[in-house]
Amino acid sequence: MVRPTRVTNDIRSLRFANDEMTQAELADRIGVTRQTVIAIERGRYSPSLEMAFKIARVFRVPLDDVFRYPDREEA
Amino acid sequence: MGVKGMSFEEKNTWIYAVVSVGAFAVYLVTILGRAEGIPFDEVPYVGPMLWTIGGAIVASIVGTIAISIVWSDEADKKDERDREIGRFGEYIGQSFVVIGALAALVLSMAEVGYFWISNAVYLAFVLSALLASTAKIVAYRRGFQ
Repeated sequence: MVRPTRVTNDIRSLRFANDEMTQAELADRIGVTRQTVIAIERGRYSPSLEMAFKIARVFRVPLDDVFRYPDREEA
Repeated sequence: MGVKGMSFEEKNTWIYAVVSVGAFAVYLVTILGRAEGIPFDEVPYVGPMLWTIGGAIVASIVGTIAISIVWSDEADKKDERDREIGRFGEYIGQSFVVIGALAALVLSMAEVGYFWISNAVYLAFVLSALLASTAKIVAYRRGFQ
């Protein structure tokens, strides 16, 4: 439950690259609370695949420009 | 992260936890006060128990209404993370409901007084609420995957 996710994301920098979009604005556009955007940005919550696609669509980039997963399993 | 950083559902979870524990504390103090000089089995507990359970339900509703007024822009906003954390917390808390039922079963088989059976079930409900709320708050604060 509290194990940190290995998925990392670039939402923060993508927001800044997109007219300094606020967390609240992104939250509105993908239909979640601002707190959920904060949790995703900080790696405290892994969004569903559908939510991940919605985020990528907001920034008009492919999914793996937003989220990354390490190639190799780490111990 | 203060109250400002909490989602509506997290605030609600805090209210539920505080109200559940608070109501039980009021109940305990009342019962212990009445138990002076008489055995526990003879303490009139039904009234205080019904009043504190009823009071807790009313207090939770009032609390939810209060935060809906204070943070009206986010009132009733619930997303998939809230729902997942909610389910996770209830799943964790459910264990104590089962423990309470088992305790009631064993106590009734042993033909222990109604006082103890009722109180075992009430305690299990409170612990279930507390455990579920704690699990939810930890999931909100520390992360949930």
